[in-house]
Amino acid sequence: MEFGFLLKYYKFFITGTANTLLLSLLTVVFGLLGGMILSLLKVSNFKPAEKLASAYIAFIRGTPLLVQLYIIYYGLKDIPMFAAGVVAMSVNSSAYIAEIIRAGIAAVDKGQFEATKSLGMSPIQAYRQVILPQAFKKILPALGNEFVILIKESAIVSVIGLHDLMYNVDTIRGITYKPFEPLIAAAIIYFILTATLSKGVTLIERRLQVSD
Amino acid sequence: MIKLKQIRKNFGDLNVLKGIDLEVSKGEVVAIIGPSGSGKSTLLRCINFLEQPCGGEVHFENELIHDKTNMNQYREHMGMVFQQFNLFPHKTVLENIMMAPVLLKKEAKENAYKTAMDLLEQVGLLDKKDVYPNKLSGGQKQRVAIARALAMHPKVMLFDEPTSALDPEMVGEVLEVMKKLTHKDVTMIVVTHEMGFAKEVADRVLFMDDGLVVEENTPEYLFSQPQHPRTIDFLSKVL
Repeated sequence: MEFGFLLKYYKFFITGTANTLLLSLLTVVFGLLGGMILSLLKVSNFKPAEKLASAYIAFIRGTPLLVQLYIIYYGLKDIPMFAAGVVAMSVNSSAYIAEIIRAGIAAVDKGQFEATKSLGMSPIQAYRQVILPQAFKKILPALGNEFVILIKESAIVSVIGLHDLMYNVDTIRGITYKPFEPLIAAAIIYFILTATLSKGVTLIERRLQVSD
Repeated sequence: MIKLKQIRKNFGDLNVLKGIDLEVSKGEVVAIIGPSGSGKSTLLRCINFLEQPCGGEVHFENELIHDKTNMNQYREHMGMVFQQFNLFPHKTVLENIMMAPVLLKKEAKENAYKTAMDLLEQVGLLDKKDVYPNKLSGGQKQRVAIARALAMHPKVMLFDEPTSALDPEMVGEVLEVMKKLTHKDVTMIVVTHEMGFAKEVADRVLFMDDGLVVEENTPEYLFSQPQHPRTIDFLSKVL
């Protein structure tokens, strides 16, 4: 093995990693937002909204991310490549995150809802102040896990030509005729990203344990 | 102050309340006793609509409470204390007490803080103000829960078996706090298994069985000269 190419092509790794990070970060934000809305629709007592959210979640979870990505990129003709990546990833992860949040809400003791009601709090106040903070604490490990998966799966956007880490690594493989070594470098970078994230989640978990 | 007319409630085929009439006037302390499954807790929960009654009327200060009533506003007037405390575990004791007044009554933080500190002093837990609920004993939790309900300055306090989940040695401290409330002219409806407490502080005791109020009287009479055979039977078992 020979890693001399790194000296010459390290910039590809940097921009690729930056794009992967930006894509993942935006997906986390929009995925969380979408997941929250979907989960609240699902626990709402408004039947049509509940049904719609359930159908959406079932469909997204039941179809490959790759197909979703293609549908969005080629279906919405004028969509910029990066936006297509963010939209596809967000649409996909929001469905998984919705299920995680819904499970978290269901795990909050029923008495907590009753206490908020008895004090005269509205459902929105109850969710904001009491239910969601407790739900998030319960689902933090699952959520962290979802984010790790999301970083790894983001590599798929390379197929539409988005210059993420995976795409740039392929480029280097082509230029240098080294089929193997750039992949090792990519694996190490992906691992550093996911390991850092996992560590961060563990730290937040520990901080939230003060009330245990 | 509160008037219930023919309150009925069923869960599926199970008739839990079969038409309950109850009138509670201001400052009165009413204890509801009876065997498990007699509908005591359900009745209490129908008063603040944690359970929607299937029939009958709830009147509060001469106003009929119904679907169009602003339920949240109505509930602000009713403090409730639960068997399982239901404190907010992610908030400190002080935050638990201050949350509703600041959020709902738009009370200034300083005022809410003052009220909360006063209440904590009343329930004897000033030193626990910055502690999270999980660090408290059952009796302490329930005293905080009482303070939390009182912070909204409710016109009525509803107690749903407040001592049933407590270790025996902690029952006393909670009853002590409740007793102090009765001296302050707080209107109270208490579902309880503590006959001693009912006897000592209630103005009126209701005995419920099988979804009906079987007998009601002042504690002196109800406990010493029960009339109905079921009351006699129940009291002979618990006293």
